[in-house]
Amino acid sequence: MTLLAPTVVILVCTALLLVLAVMAVALGRIRIGTSVIYSMCFALALVCLLCGLNQLLGGTSADSVALPLGLPWIGARFRMDALSAFFVVVVDLGAAAASLFAMGYGAHERAPLRVLPFYPAFLAGMNLVVLADDAFSFLLAWEFMSLSSWALVMAHHRVPDNVSAGYVYLVMASFGTLTLLLTFGLLAGPVGDYAFAAIRAGHLSPTLAALVLCLAVVGTGSKAGIVPLHVWLPLAHPAAPSHVSALMSGVMTKVAISGFVRIVFDLIGEPAWWWSIVVLTLAGITCVMGVLYALMQHDLKRLLAYHTVENIGIIFIALGIALAFKAYGMAWAAALAFTAGLLHVFNHSLFKSLLFFGAGAVLNSTGERDMEHLGGLIHRMPQTAFVFLIGCAAISALPPLNGFVSEWLIFQAILLSPQLPSWGLKFLVPAVGALLALSATLAAACFVKAFGVTFLGRARSAAASAARETDPFSRAAMFAFAALCLIAGILPGFFIDALAPIAQALAGDRMPAQIGVEWLSIVPIAQSRSSYNGLLVFLFMVISGALAASAIHRLASDKLRRGPAWDCGYPDASPVTQYTASSFAQPIRRVFGSVIFRARETVEMPPPAAPQPARLTVVLHDPVWEAFYAPVAIGVGLAADRLNHLQFLTIRQFLSLVFAALVILLLVLALWP
Amino acid sequence: MIADLTVQGAQMLVVLLLAPLLTGLVRKIKARMLRRAGPPVIQPYRDLVRLMRKEVVLADTASWLFRVIPYFIFAATWVAASLIPTFRTGLLFSWSADLIAIIALLGSARFALALAGLDVGTSFGGIGSSREVMIASLAEPAMIMIVFTLALTVGSTQLSTMAGYMASPAVGLRVSLALALVALIMVAIAENARIPVDNPATHLELTMVHEAMVLEYSGRHLALIELSAALKLLLYVSLIACLFAPWGMAAPGAGMGALAVGTLAYLGKIAAGGFLLALLETSIAKMRVFRVPEFLGAALMLGLLATLLLFVSRSL
Repeated sequence: MTLLAPTVVILVCTALLLVLAVMAVALGRIRIGTSVIYSMCFALALVCLLCGLNQLLGGTSADSVALPLGLPWIGARFRMDALSAFFVVVVDLGAAAASLFAMGYGAHERAPLRVLPFYPAFLAGMNLVVLADDAFSFLLAWEFMSLSSWALVMAHHRVPDNVSAGYVYLVMASFGTLTLLLTFGLLAGPVGDYAFAAIRAGHLSPTLAALVLCLAVVGTGSKAGIVPLHVWLPLAHPAAPSHVSALMSGVMTKVAISGFVRIVFDLIGEPAWWWSIVVLTLAGITCVMGVLYALMQHDLKRLLAYHTVENIGIIFIALGIALAFKAYGMAWAAALAFTAGLLHVFNHSLFKSLLFFGAGAVLNSTGERDMEHLGGLIHRMPQTAFVFLIGCAAISALPPLNGFVSEWLIFQAILLSPQLPSWGLKFLVPAVGALLALSATLAAACFVKAFGVTFLGRARSAAASAARETDPFSRAAMFAFAALCLIAGILPGFFIDALAPIAQALAGDRMPAQIGVEWLSIVPIAQSRSSYNGLLVFLFMVISGALAASAIHRLASDKLRRGPAWDCGYPDASPVTQYTASSFAQPIRRVFGSVIFRARETVEMPPPAAPQPARLTVVLHDPVWEAFYAPVAIGVGLAADRLNHLQFLTIRQFLSLVFAALVILLLVLALWP
Repeated sequence: MIADLTVQGAQMLVVLLLAPLLTGLVRKIKARMLRRAGPPVIQPYRDLVRLMRKEVVLADTASWLFRVIPYFIFAATWVAASLIPTFRTGLLFSWSADLIAIIALLGSARFALALAGLDVGTSFGGIGSSREVMIASLAEPAMIMIVFTLALTVGSTQLSTMAGYMASPAVGLRVSLALALVALIMVAIAENARIPVDNPATHLELTMVHEAMVLEYSGRHLALIELSAALKLLLYVSLIACLFAPWGMAAPGAGMGALAVGTLAYLGKIAAGGFLLALLETSIAKMRVFRVPEFLGAALMLGLLATLLLFVSRSL
């Protein structure tokens, strides 16, 4: 172990982040404190990012560090193998961009002391989770990450919605940690050696392994946002300041995925075939429900948060397929699905952070998150509009951007499903593929709505018509991520090859090397089977578009005149006659929502010549909340009412209660085998 | 290499030049079936030239995006159309995008067009965009299920490989393929905004989808949009011909004779496709907008059924 080992450097950086968190309490009081804290975070995240990149691309073997911290007989072990290195890259790339964004955005924070101390702590927590090499440090870092992000969600605690969001988040986070605690308890077994190396060497009975899988899906899935455990996510992510929203949606959910991959692909051992059925079913439901919920929203940040749910579903689809292939020993196919999943992890961290930055820029310059009050921002904020458009196209899986590449790879993995011997999976995987295709097109519809209603058309409020372009730091962060979205879309081969060591270690094989392929195409299996070349498609489009433009301008006409909108001869005077987010989603709400959300529209039409306006009311039900959470909440309330009587007992009744409890406990002890 | 490049270039020009002809042909046949004389077959070319030479009248509220989008749509559609084998398989760049990528390229074009509908901030543009994405949200998954059916049968998503396999006797008679063909035709009708889903000739405000989105376009922008629409129609006819009627296509490296046969066969195929489309459009009425989801839902179910039937019936 040398002092310059990447793991040591990252641990030193996290320690510095924690010091920074303490210093922020003092620094937050002075004016330049905000930019000092965020620029320090930016620098530290960059150092961690370089260490992670070095480890991932350098192909050096895993290095580990054991610190004499924590419980005496356990210690704290940290290790960086290829998987942790990849997630370090994802975490710190997002962290660096968010810190850069916050250098401009954070200046508008009205209560900086409620954000500044927790932000570095949150970054430190996420880094520690992905590096942890024993269950104790993992859980400690996980809980630290949850609590620091909870504090950030509560930053604007005077908004009533945020308080309930924070409450739901706290309950769900505790529930998730509890299940992870049980997961690791079962993994460590009665011996109780909590180091990951010992867990990996151990062997679990099939029943226990199945139980561990279910607990791990619930524990990590509640943090990642799998339906029906997602309820906290669309409440909590938008409540935080926008750079934190970007981190929570783009990065923290990925930390949860890293936990899932660590447990299910690394620690449990050989998977059973039916595990993938559990994962795929949940994932398919998650991605379609996530996007349908998103379509019903008109709060820009909440819409983005629901899209995180959708994309987590897509990632879990890929991981589920990888699990199926791995269980049947088809390592090469598992490697394809696994790489596709990890690539989507990376891609989603890029465009989701970018979109939250854009939403933050809009929020900053207009004070509005509700799309119904926005519009026309492309005229006032052209640069933000441009990068937000790139983010929208990337998340909608449109070529030649990066979201398409990972979804294309997942489709290629789905097309290998007939080779699976199990009939259930043969039917399930293409059906999940249909759900994936449905969610991809619904996502495109949703982002037409998000971009079109927010940035296009005419301003619907005074705030929107007075909006101003955001600050240079925020723009730098957004442009960097937009450029990465394009680069990862047109040169995906490099990114796929960088993921090869992880697939080799956890799926048992790697995808064929892509860098040597002529013209920088990607060929997942064989040239005759399928190939895609984002670079050429991009170049062809640029060339043919430019060719058409120059030919028409030169040979035909390049004259242009401005005039009022035509609109079939009835140009509407008021911007309120434009389509809004709700009216845009109305056809889709009618097609899908009437069954899933039991959407009902009622029109109150006043009689002719009556002065009051006509009204359209839409009632939507949240099926997940009503089916799973409302009964629990009612049950807890009823139980609390009953138990309340215990507070008003006489002293004799209290004493007999204590005596009865003592007798019962002694009986249990006596009868325990 | 040079010969391949020439063929690829010829393909790009052929689709670009033939596209308005197909639109003109469909219009002419429709007119003759209604006992009208109809405009000449080359009328779409004249329209395009006329539109390109006119000045653009741009709405005051239109942004830069509104001016870029026609070029983007044209580029995406043209690239997609040039990658579909028409008279020869194994095009030079055919491996740069497989069938899934071609569909996604058309998705990009539609995404851009739907944004253009919202850009000026009129209610007709909004109605068109919102209905277009609703139609697409069902048509595109159906298309992906059709691709699944074909790709699982052939073992490839590469169009040249698919066309080669479908022309070989190995393909046999399969229920799945028949279902996929029906579903593909339904999707093609919806994607090209034809009757019964949308009416390309309508100017009745409340029934428009495609026309409502492009309502604010004029001059060269409108010309590009019209040309892209024509290209898309040709693309779908070529796709159906390439997958389900791949006869006569020249193999890679074939001589001039085979290329001539391939070109003649291709012309015959698109003429037949245009005739059948015109026949369909004159024989049925347009449906209400909210019947369209049922129509496309049926296509989606057919596609899913076709995929699942593949496993049940191996050779029927």
